[in-house]
Amino acid sequence: MSAAIGNTILSLPDQATAQIPKRNYINNEHGLLSWLLTGDHKRIAILYLISITFFFFIGGAFAGLIRLELLTPQPDLVAADTYNKFFTMHGIIMIFLFLVPSVPATLGNFLIPIMLGAKDLAFPKINLLSWYLYMIGGTLTLAALVLGGVDTGWTFTTPLSTHYLNTHVITAATAIFIAGFSSIFTGLNFIVTIHRMRCPGMTWFRMPLFVWAHYAASLLMVLGTPVLAIALVLVALERLFGIGVFDPTKGGDPLLFQHLFWFYSHPAVYIMILPGMGVISEVISTFSRKRVFGYTAVAFSSVAIALFGFFVWEHHMFIMGVSNYSALVFSLLTMLVAVPSAIKIFNWAFTLQKGSITFETPMLYAFGFMGLFTIGGLTGVFLGSLGMDIHLTETYFIVAHFHFVMVGGMLMAFLAGVHFWWPKMTGRMYPESLSKLAAVTTFIGFNLTFLPQFILGYLGMPRRYHAYPPEFQVLNVLSTAGATVLGIGYMLPMLYLAWSLKYGAIAGDNPWQATGLEWQIQSPPLTENFLETPIMDHEAYDYEWLTNKTKKEVTTVG
Amino acid sequence: MGLSPVLWQFMVKWLHASALFPAEASGISPYVDALYFFLLLMTVVGTALVAVLLLVFSIRYRREKNPVATQVEGSTLLEATWTIIPLAIFLVTFVWGALLYFRIYNPPANAMNIYVVGKQWMWKAEHPGGQHEINALHVPMGQPVQLTMISQDVFHSFSIPDFRIKREVIPGRYSTVWFEATQAGTYHLFCTQYCGTQHSGMVGTITVLTPDDYKKWLQQSTSGMSLAQNGERLFASMGCNSCHSGNAAARGPNLAGVYGAKLTLTDGSQMLVNDAYLRDAILNPSQHVTAGFAPIMPTYQGQISEDGLIDLVEYIKNMQSNYRVQQTQVTAESDLAAPTTPPQGTNETVKP
Repeated sequence: MSAAIGNTILSLPDQATAQIPKRNYINNEHGLLSWLLTGDHKRIAILYLISITFFFFIGGAFAGLIRLELLTPQPDLVAADTYNKFFTMHGIIMIFLFLVPSVPATLGNFLIPIMLGAKDLAFPKINLLSWYLYMIGGTLTLAALVLGGVDTGWTFTTPLSTHYLNTHVITAATAIFIAGFSSIFTGLNFIVTIHRMRCPGMTWFRMPLFVWAHYAASLLMVLGTPVLAIALVLVALERLFGIGVFDPTKGGDPLLFQHLFWFYSHPAVYIMILPGMGVISEVISTFSRKRVFGYTAVAFSSVAIALFGFFVWEHHMFIMGVSNYSALVFSLLTMLVAVPSAIKIFNWAFTLQKGSITFETPMLYAFGFMGLFTIGGLTGVFLGSLGMDIHLTETYFIVAHFHFVMVGGMLMAFLAGVHFWWPKMTGRMYPESLSKLAAVTTFIGFNLTFLPQFILGYLGMPRRYHAYPPEFQVLNVLSTAGATVLGIGYMLPMLYLAWSLKYGAIAGDNPWQATGLEWQIQSPPLTENFLETPIMDHEAYDYEWLTNKTKKEVTTVG
Repeated sequence: MGLSPVLWQFMVKWLHASALFPAEASGISPYVDALYFFLLLMTVVGTALVAVLLLVFSIRYRREKNPVATQVEGSTLLEATWTIIPLAIFLVTFVWGALLYFRIYNPPANAMNIYVVGKQWMWKAEHPGGQHEINALHVPMGQPVQLTMISQDVFHSFSIPDFRIKREVIPGRYSTVWFEATQAGTYHLFCTQYCGTQHSGMVGTITVLTPDDYKKWLQQSTSGMSLAQNGERLFASMGCNSCHSGNAAARGPNLAGVYGAKLTLTDGSQMLVNDAYLRDAILNPSQHVTAGFAPIMPTYQGQISEDGLIDLVEYIKNMQSNYRVQQTQVTAESDLAAPTTPPQGTNETVKP
């Protein structure tokens, strides 16, 4: 290992002699069945990684088609119905089949047991079941797509979805209903694992912040998702049998659906972003060689977000004739939920202070996350502010805000995490310069795509419009151009990560010199993770402990 | 708001001329824009602060410069700072936004009322004088206008970006929004709630006219019958007048002057009679029985369109006495005596 002070922390074993460990979770068993029937959390994580990548590119293709149609003000590429199906499929696939499972089901599944010093999750078979449920949900979504699509929008607003559309609403609702159980089971598994399976010495406040973030997100999954399931069942019953829960002519309340739907779908935003925040904590700490600034504050802010996240749903309905006083309460709570996010951003920023910072790809993505998530979060304050929301809601402003948080925030965090743990998962490094290029391309493409949409939103361009007034064209062309760049930015990692599986440099146990338990074992790990149960005798992010440990190894091994 | 009016005008006009900013065409627009610029400033400063922190720390503490990190636990003082300052800013935003919300949604007392019915995929505006418009709305400048809106099918949303107003148009429930146009011209009207296939075709034009032009327009576009007159016809043809006759022995409550009054219902609750109450009482009478009356009124759900309901509501709203109701009844009863009239169900007959 070279000790010279360079601009990278990366320390790889001597490539001439290094080998991938002979026995690891990938080659432990062979054959397709050994994967499809596995109980190993790491293998299930890989199954998830492959399947969510597949759905990401399908959802992305729809995004591309939407932007292509919006290149011109006239409705010239596809018919109105087709366009409506495009944005519906884009929303359903990206939210329920990509964003919700993205970090938890892949990185969380792979890492949480290892980070806690456990051999597996609490319920390995339920973990496998949740992947199968996800795949059934995904297949049904594809079936709805192939059979002719669905055009309710991802929000399934009644009475449009129950009485006025003759597309495959039931199929799509069933798909989401089933995929929802996958999410509930994953959350349940994480909660039980975190409570019951921590290794000796792993107290709550020694857990990595990645685990804290997943704990908070899991609470949301377990408590929120059933409400979505209920709402979708009611939509299906209303559609099939006309039970009249949402139908005003039968004494039902059409707003009730939106209350139920947003009671899940607002916390769902935190289900999507919290695990991403966990990734950022790990990455920022590792590449600045420093304990996360104010560990406790960051840990509790995750829990605070989860808690407040349940009590802000009505801010999606400020213009819908809800009572003025409830609007006041929900606006106030919305302002409060913004504070823990602000705390996190500043704590991450101050983690860098007095650190020893290097700029590998995961760190670049993390920087991208911090910038874009800040914009995404602050533009959320616009929408939480009652009077401002009236003009901005249901326009491109909200589209831009949402994508800043979800794509600029979550997707950046996901890519940061995939690059960061890629050597651990596969035993091989990705190509560094190419991946830096991808990170920068993504950042530029993202801003070009979504910054113009803020302006379009304030001008009043409504969302989900197939055609628009010609004076909005310039900004739309910019946005479409940005989407093209963004598309390239996402294709690149797909290609070079696949390449690296065979040709990447051998990573060794701890290429980033990180402190987490997952970095103290071989890459790729053994099926049972640890040969003997580890004992956690230090705080999380204790770089002095790591230095001492490395020194000892050097002296004993020679 | 704090900024010199000249500078404000310059900035807003310049942005508008560059097609980056909507026109300020209503009384409320400058107030909304003021909050918008405040929030924009907050976002720019906040993002710049984060960017500067990242940049400065990245340069000062990069590995070449600072090979060994100094471990820091945290700092309660710093953390309190970046908890309290954002919280304070967000709370200011909350109060400002709330004040604006009430201002946008609470109409002044002198607002004139226009009804709007949304349906897949068109906007139908009904002026009290009987002018009907499709995907268009003519309004006078400098006069507060309240829209009472309802949807005949799915959720729609009525949005005029240049006025900075928007309100959901809901099936089965009146919602209202008001504005005061300050600039003559034509403006976009959008449906902003996804409502099915032709959602993006559910657009229209708002035309703001000077008061004189508006008067001319009203005269040229009248259909000859005001909404209240249409309502009176319906009131008679649907047989409402047989019970709501205003007679002492009538089976239904007297409706003259009922609008704006507080009614006591049989369950003891007090209800303010407004447009929504009248509509609900027609469609769902069993839930709205006035104290002292028997629950005998049948429901009119499915028998009358939203347009018809608006006519009836407008009629009852403007009904000051029962004179004409009783006149209609007298005419109907005198028909009873006529030899050619069938012996029953005559109350539903309409005489022109």
